[in-house]
Amino acid sequence: MPDPDPSTQNFLINARELGVKRGERWIFRHVNLSVGLGQLVFIIGANGAGKSTCVKTMLGLIQATEGEIEKSSTLVVDYVPQRLTISPNLPLSIRRLITLTKRFSKQEIDTALTTVGLDRLGNPPVTTLSGGEFQRLLLARAMLHRPNLLVLDEPAQGIDAAGTDLVHELIDEVRKDLGCGVLLISHDLERAMDMGDNFAVLIPHEYDEAPATAVVN
Amino acid sequence: MLDDFLVRALLAGIGLALVTGPTGCFIVWRRLAYFGETMAHSALLGVALAIIFNLNLVIGIFSVALLVMLAVLYLERRETLPTDTLLGLISHGGLALGLVILSFFPQMRLNLHALLFGDLLAVSRLDLAVIWVGGILALAVLCWIVRSLLAATISSEIAEVAGLRPERARLIFGILLAAVIAGAIKIVGVLLIVALLIIPAATVRRFSPTPEIMAFAAAVLGTIAVAGGLFASATLDTPSGPSIVVVALILFIVTRVGYLKVR
Repeated sequence: MPDPDPSTQNFLINARELGVKRGERWIFRHVNLSVGLGQLVFIIGANGAGKSTCVKTMLGLIQATEGEIEKSSTLVVDYVPQRLTISPNLPLSIRRLITLTKRFSKQEIDTALTTVGLDRLGNPPVTTLSGGEFQRLLLARAMLHRPNLLVLDEPAQGIDAAGTDLVHELIDEVRKDLGCGVLLISHDLERAMDMGDNFAVLIPHEYDEAPATAVVN
Repeated sequence: MLDDFLVRALLAGIGLALVTGPTGCFIVWRRLAYFGETMAHSALLGVALAIIFNLNLVIGIFSVALLVMLAVLYLERRETLPTDTLLGLISHGGLALGLVILSFFPQMRLNLHALLFGDLLAVSRLDLAVIWVGGILALAVLCWIVRSLLAATISSEIAEVAGLRPERARLIFGILLAAVIAGAIKIVGVLLIVALLIIPAATVRRFSPTPEIMAFAAAVLGTIAVAGGLFASATLDTPSGPSIVVVALILFIVTRVGYLKVR
């Protein structure tokens, strides 16, 4: 699939020659990546290659040291961060977590919970959920906001193989339902080649003085 | 009726507990107990500065607590020291500096006990007005930022992507905490204010299904502790701050033991 041109309707976000430097060290550099509506784009790399930092920079959570980010005026992002731990001292049920940043009707929440297969649990505290259930809950929360770009940071981390398959199937389902673009961080190259429309591979900079990123179509 | 010192102290204490309940919940959720402790210990430095510059005590304490908060936020980013070490340094440094400065004012040595542990005889009509007006303002501010602060407690990134400005919420909460500490000095004193923030919240945690119910229940429990503590203080002639905290602690133990038995 060709990269979306900023002038076309499909365009959502486009990073050109993006780089972030901390002290003397480049966390990542020369990243060229774009996501369009309906596209599933993977960012692949080993631990420490700067995947999370790269995505946070694209979202505007971290200041870029160099490069440019173009965003569509219609961009609505929702984000599922990596490794979210909820303090056991905070009494939070699954329905309350879904309405954390915005209110939704009971019916909307029911539908979202059914989509991710959590509708039969009732309304237990989030701390009792397994890793896979918790990721599905975060996905339900994100899809209720009806983003046109969904960003997920290693949604399969710490989940067994069956759970990982389920999470990825759901992500694909949400993408088709909402018609949104998906930017997904992973270290599973095989899955990226299998599922993704496009992917970027981040290579830790110290191993490579030349461009730290290869973008493969 | 307001002429009675005990009535004044009780009303002031209730006004305080209604604010410390919800505020204390956020301290427990966000693990800010030591941060609060640091701001509270610096209050003596605020008292010292208030005396030197002839300011109102509450204003002096509030200003120094604010400065301490900003210093911690700044140093956390700049310094490589672990946060608890940094907090200990500022907390005890501030307390020691305050005590040294206060020792130059002989009349304050007599009052030191009251500053450290609270003094229900010291609550004036003005204090009462300051606590209630300030308390209502504080609760209004907390309601205003509650959604972003709660979202930031769970994930500052989710909050920021959702446009809830978690950094701003965090800063406003720090200002609020400085105000609560300044308002609390006459009732519970510098050394024990954090106990009034965290014990009620910790006590009601197990019985609370939602964050909102926990905040409300902590306010109710704090009110009971303040009323019981002030009553004990007046009848047994014990210092008010420790009496309030002991009552809160008894409530915590009784409910905890009761909870374990029921289970």
